[in-house]
Amino acid sequence: MIHLLWLIPTLPFLGALILVLTSSSISRRAAAIIGCSTIGLAALITVLIGYEFLATHTEAYRHVAWNWFAVSGLSVGFSFHLDALSLVFLFVITFVGFFIHLYSVAFMHDDAGFTRFFAYLNLFVCAMLILVLADNLVLLYLGWEGVGLCSYLLIGFWYDEEKNGYAARKAFIMTRVGDTALAIGLFMLFGVFHTLDIQEILTQAPKLWSPGTQTATIIAFLLLGGAVGKSAQLPLQSWLPDAMAGPSPVSALIHAATMVTAGVYLIARMHGIYELAPLAQLWVGIIGAVTLLIAGCSALTQNDLKRVLAYSTISQIGYMFLALGIGAWSAAVFHFMIHAFFKALLFLGAGTVIWALHHEHDMFKMGGLRKRMPVVYWTFLIGAGSLAAIPLVTAGFYSKDQILWLAWASAKGSPWFFIAALTGAFITSVYTFRMVFVTFFGAEKTHTAHLPGKLMHVALMVLAVLSLVGGFIELPHTFGHVTLLSDLLHPILPSTVLRAGAESSEVLIQLIAATVALSGVLLAYIFYIVKPSLADEIGSSCFEVHQLWYAGWRFDALYNLLIVRPFVWVSTINKRDIIDQFYTGLVTATEYFGKTFSRTQTGVLRWYIMGITAGAVIILTLSLFINR
Amino acid sequence: MILLWMIFILMAGGILAGIVAAWSTVACRVIALVSITLDMVLITGVWMGQDVSTAPGTTWIADLNLPWIPSFGISFHLALDGLSLLMLALTFFLGIFAVLLSWKEIQYRTGFFHFNLLWVLAGIAGVFVTMDLFLLYFFWEVMLIPMYFLIGIWGHANRQYAAYKFFIFTQASGLLMLLAILGLYFVHGNQTSVYTFDYFSLLETPMSPDVARWLMLGFLAAFLVKLPVVPFHTWLPDAHSEAPTAGSFILAGLMLKTGAYGLIRFALPLFPESAVEFGPWGMLLGTVGIIYGAVQAFSQTDLKRLVAYTSVSHMGFVMLGVFAFTEMALQGVVMQMITHAISTGALFVLAGALYERIHTRDILQMGGFWKRTPFMATVSLIFVMASLGLPGLGNFIAEFLTLMGSWSASPVLTAIATAGLVAATAYSLRIMQKIFLGKDAHTHVLPDLSLREKLVLVPMAIAIIVLGLFPQRIIDTAQTTVEKSDNNHTTTPVPARGMLSVKGGNHE
Repeated sequence: MIHLLWLIPTLPFLGALILVLTSSSISRRAAAIIGCSTIGLAALITVLIGYEFLATHTEAYRHVAWNWFAVSGLSVGFSFHLDALSLVFLFVITFVGFFIHLYSVAFMHDDAGFTRFFAYLNLFVCAMLILVLADNLVLLYLGWEGVGLCSYLLIGFWYDEEKNGYAARKAFIMTRVGDTALAIGLFMLFGVFHTLDIQEILTQAPKLWSPGTQTATIIAFLLLGGAVGKSAQLPLQSWLPDAMAGPSPVSALIHAATMVTAGVYLIARMHGIYELAPLAQLWVGIIGAVTLLIAGCSALTQNDLKRVLAYSTISQIGYMFLALGIGAWSAAVFHFMIHAFFKALLFLGAGTVIWALHHEHDMFKMGGLRKRMPVVYWTFLIGAGSLAAIPLVTAGFYSKDQILWLAWASAKGSPWFFIAALTGAFITSVYTFRMVFVTFFGAEKTHTAHLPGKLMHVALMVLAVLSLVGGFIELPHTFGHVTLLSDLLHPILPSTVLRAGAESSEVLIQLIAATVALSGVLLAYIFYIVKPSLADEIGSSCFEVHQLWYAGWRFDALYNLLIVRPFVWVSTINKRDIIDQFYTGLVTATEYFGKTFSRTQTGVLRWYIMGITAGAVIILTLSLFINR
Repeated sequence: MILLWMIFILMAGGILAGIVAAWSTVACRVIALVSITLDMVLITGVWMGQDVSTAPGTTWIADLNLPWIPSFGISFHLALDGLSLLMLALTFFLGIFAVLLSWKEIQYRTGFFHFNLLWVLAGIAGVFVTMDLFLLYFFWEVMLIPMYFLIGIWGHANRQYAAYKFFIFTQASGLLMLLAILGLYFVHGNQTSVYTFDYFSLLETPMSPDVARWLMLGFLAAFLVKLPVVPFHTWLPDAHSEAPTAGSFILAGLMLKTGAYGLIRFALPLFPESAVEFGPWGMLLGTVGIIYGAVQAFSQTDLKRLVAYTSVSHMGFVMLGVFAFTEMALQGVVMQMITHAISTGALFVLAGALYERIHTRDILQMGGFWKRTPFMATVSLIFVMASLGLPGLGNFIAEFLTLMGSWSASPVLTAIATAGLVAATAYSLRIMQKIFLGKDAHTHVLPDLSLREKLVLVPMAIAIIVLGLFPQRIIDTAQTTVEKSDNNHTTTPVPARGMLSVKGGNHE
């Protein structure tokens, strides 16, 4: 079974190819079947392969499709590497991807670009699968850029709107800034190891470098540059909220569940480098901690339902980065998985609401949807509970709690990380339930146009179940003590080293985390249900802060001022090419002298005689001086 | 002998097409098409029949040496190795499309047009196989003069100016090369008392570093202007934007490549020490070109000018890679020559197709065309992505190898050049946005690609994808040439490179 691995990325690719080639002649039904079935099959094969992988206790499986290119020592194959880490990602991508495909059939039903949509979506899944299966960094880079392309195409899917195109270009260009760092990282890695095979690099790195070697640190920072671009972390985070211009299923799949976590995958995959570069790893944690706070603050102030979720995504990926930064590798992957479930669910739920209300994005114009759309309400509530880490019942609690605890107890952790993560958890639960209360409670403000059908409900319910029970594969020591996921990942990702004597604090930390999450809900309840005027009062009393947070800490304005405007200015002012002016000047000068001297050719003999005489006098005079 | 035939077929085909056009323009076009196709078949036969990669030592696949003017040591010496073979294949591949492109566009003096077209191709093909420097200069002129006519007669509104500019830039720099050729001829003659223009004899000419430096600059003048390297690039936007579609197509696809080819074949092997000395400056010029071209491209509103500046940027990679003196970078350069020819050529085809439909090249007057021309939009997307270096397409392999190969030579310049990819993203996406995305507020009659246009663009799109996924065949073919060229330089100690070689941490 495992030798069918190559089919997993190939199937979605074939789907995309067929859809592109037949786009003008194919029916919607056929397009939907091709789009969904290829992903469905890929998911099925993933399950079968996963079963075999676990049953036979395989360490890793490698499949070389063909040798891509080989030049002076660099040999790069189009080859896949399956181990537990890629298996977890494969599972999430194909399953979540499949349900989002199903959902999209209903969501995009009346759209003129139906076939185009599924073609892009399939191509995306293919690229994402290549990214996580790649056994060398060049192929990983191919997947990396491939998902970037699909993200660009899908953000700008409704290309009639100028602003969608702008958001799409912004996303592509900003992530490419990170990619540049990643590319330079690859050049350096090749310079050191003379290979770009990931496993090879990871085995050789500890032999070649002692911890803290400068080269290792530089390379780790460069890879981090790539990761922050793709995963929308500080300072390259500002493209993600705008990326919400794409259709909601796209936001769910690409800008929440899968693509944006590519940075997490990259760092987890290259963990060996980071363990040799403690400084870079510390910065991974710092970036995560700061990002989760500032994005959380921004989420508190948004009115657009999808923008709340976008900032929340940035913030949750911040948690994953924090986990990576403290060496809690499997905790990061765990949170990635659970986050993929509940964030996809929330985006699909939000998409349904927006779709039902004539593309109304402002949640303050919604309200009262609890009764109109009970299934959406309940599933959304489950997703929100998971995001806010409501204790015991939701999966999000277990994954986030692990990070919180390790931020405190891990050898690389610190009280600062813990405080940041805890504050972030409080903010998360406030903005999450603010969103729930404003959207689903209170009076109905906009008339619902159409109600979601079966297909949408199925996708929502499956993801809701996963958001509840997904957490039980990994339970803390204090109760249950299930370690299915970390056991699975253990051969690849080293387990976290704890500080001496920190174990005892686990129960305490869990209690604090649970209290914080619940008090966040309570606060949101007071502000938005009990006394709605209170929120406005606070908002207007700290107007400046509110505006700053609302505008995402004005990073866009800063980049516009520092980079975009100077670039456009230089480019525009030199549109006619200053260098060409030099040549034009040369021509003008030649013409000028030509005309000037042609005046001396008068045809009048006495002028010529005078010229000869004057010349002779000058030369004779000069010769006298020079001879002396 | 086959080399002579290939050039002869083009020249004879050109004359025949020119004559036949008096009776039937269709026959003229068909003759042009047939002669290039014949050449394509011949070169494919050579390529398939010869396992270039696995025979070390036997670099030369074909060699033809006829005396021409023996008293001056001038011979008609043609030879074919892996690099030449790739370039010839590229020439004929694009040549076929050039005829197809002109099928409807050129209705005026059709015979003379096709005569010029085939002679340009003959000149280019000649440059790619000549092993005699006098012959090199001859072919250099053969490709210049017909091109001047192509721009000057069949171009757009400002064609006279563009044609003059093109001619003067190329001719002036070509004359400097002639001077250098003659200089080399006499230096070699004085030393060995054998006066010859033969490439292989001149390769090992002993000369003082000063002389070598000046002679190399003469060659560089011709090649850098042709490539073009900033600041000698300003003829290019004018020539490109005013030339007819086939003209821009050949100019971008093939003529620029003669500059790159000249660097690899002549400038570097003839003056190895001086070339190494010039290396950091060459890389610097390349990097400046990459950034400058990209920034310039971003602000252009004339689609053809925009694409022309992207060429300037992409050719910067050639400079960077050639003067990095590593095998990998040089392989990247060879790849870049081929993939840039295809991707940029295709963008000019699209510009031509749009001009034919809406009679403007101003991208501000376009927008939202995706709905009405989905096929054209999809194809454009492929080539736009190629030009921003998306992995999976040929240009990525080229740029990646060039940059990775240049890293050891100069990390700082390589890093700056890599950042150029971000600027490339900006201008490439702007093309997509302004033409195909946004609101469609226009009333043009805008049919999608015709069968003839698809016949050109679909093979090119397939080629760029195949090159991106299966580039090894190209790499193997160029291998012996690249290795040899690289060996010339690894034997000479690389001098300290001053400010340009801030060492990265990769040599521990």
